Amino acid sequence: MTTMQVHAAGRLSLVQDLGRPGQAALGVPRGGAADHRSLALANRAVGNPGEAAGVEVLLGGLEVEFDHSTVVCVTGAPLGVTVHGKPVAFGAPVVVPAAQRLTLGAPTASLRSYLAIRGGVSVPHVLGSAGSSPTAGIGPAPLKAGDVLTVGAGERTIAAGVGSELVAAIGDPHGDLVLMATLGPRDDWFAPTAIRYLTTARWKTTPQADRVGVRLEGPVLERAVTHELPSEGVVPGSVQVPASGQPIVFGPDHPTTGGYPVIAVVREADLAALYQARPGTGLRFRVIAPRWH
Amino acid sequence: MILLPCGENGVLVELDDGTERRRLDSALRHAAVPGITEGLIIEQVPATRTVLLRTDNPQAVVDALREVDIHSLPEPDEGSAENVTIPVSYDGEDLAEVAALLGITPAEVVERHTGQVWTVEFSGFAPGFGYLLGEHHNLSVPRRSSPRTRIPPGSVGLAGDFSGVYPKASPGGWQLIGRTEVAMWDPDRQEPALLAPGKRVRFVSVDAPVGADVEAEGTR
Repeated sequence: MTTMQVHAAGRLSLVQDLGRPGQAALGVPRGGAADHRSLALANRAVGNPGEAAGVEVLLGGLEVEFDHSTVVCVTGAPLGVTVHGKPVAFGAPVVVPAAQRLTLGAPTASLRSYLAIRGGVSVPHVLGSAGSSPTAGIGPAPLKAGDVLTVGAGERTIAAGVGSELVAAIGDPHGDLVLMATLGPRDDWFAPTAIRYLTTARWKTTPQADRVGVRLEGPVLERAVTHELPSEGVVPGSVQVPASGQPIVFGPDHPTTGGYPVIAVVREADLAALYQARPGTGLRFRVIAPRWH
Repeated sequence: MILLPCGENGVLVELDDGTERRRLDSALRHAAVPGITEGLIIEQVPATRTVLLRTDNPQAVVDALREVDIHSLPEPDEGSAENVTIPVSYDGEDLAEVAALLGITPAEVVERHTGQVWTVEFSGFAPGFGYLLGEHHNLSVPRRSSPRTRIPPGSVGLAGDFSGVYPKASPGGWQLIGRTEVAMWDPDRQEPALLAPGKRVRFVSVDAPVGADVEAEGTR
């Protein structure tokens, strides 16, 4: 058995896997890594199955050591990685000798980096997932200095080769994000100008952003129907418009029902880029059709 | 029945009222809708008048729903629903206020709350928070005008037609009438959420006279 000792946890470091879809009827958010692809790539680089639990590190600052030599990989928001003070590769498997400190610096772009450890982080599962959704009170608490976690109890596969794909995962923060979204379910609750603003204006992410949702800044989206909406189910990516008219795009730990109308829903494939976007990032919505008619 | 898009793979089904919603939600959960095969629906989230469905094959779900005559679906089988008894100390901070709003005494509030079967209509707000609807609709009160910043876990509240129990400490605007020791959410339980949609709930007063039928089901 290998253990990982946490020396510094940075701003917010959470154990994450692919979450617990299918439990929203119990009020349980899907949760899981905000950027599935980066976690999956890190897992693949160290030979883990895709569902292995790793650590999601918001804005770097994580420092850990292991009591046995182990293999790790850091992906997602690009940052300097050191072992025992010496720079090592980002986005590729790295050997960390026993009792030597692994340090994640500060990311130069994006928000969340992912640390995968060969064998995975081992924590008790709740409803089939090791993932942490702190606002919902589910899963392990955020990591803190002094924590000791078990590592390596998981099933192992052979380390797959990592190549050009990892570089792509680091993300290209240049230019505005373009988010594909379906209109509705409540687009008819809004004034025609609101639909036009949503689909043509340049929006900006704000500092009011966490795993529950990302608030956007832009023209006020006015409602045509002003009476109260009875609570209804919502999904990650829902663009909910509260009374202020400034939309919030729901993240992995969103409440499972909401009482404000949802004007559009961002497709799942585009959510990681939004969750990784720093405050002030420009973005545009482009309307796509749902997969049914 | 209106079908609304909710993302590429989601369908928000809007029904005319709570009765229709209950009927469709129950039929879907019991695989009683022709064309909706096992595993087709990944996630089903009932709410006031809607059922949200997530699926990998939205066209198949939509095609099946368009063939559904809501009135021909079987009634939710209430006899088979699991029953939960929740013992409550009726000493909530808003008990007197609730009584005043309804023009009755605090004791009558307790009588009404314990004197009917409540059904878990849907969840939301927090893991394990069930929106409970009573049979008699005689405890309707507005939310507090100013929400509390911290409500202790186990607090039993009222808002609108609903009753609910706070699973964990959280802010909230419901009128508090009592508290229970029973955990609404316990990750170490086989089923962490005590109040899953469809369950039927009876509240009993722990201050009830000796000899009253106080069960402690649901505490396991």
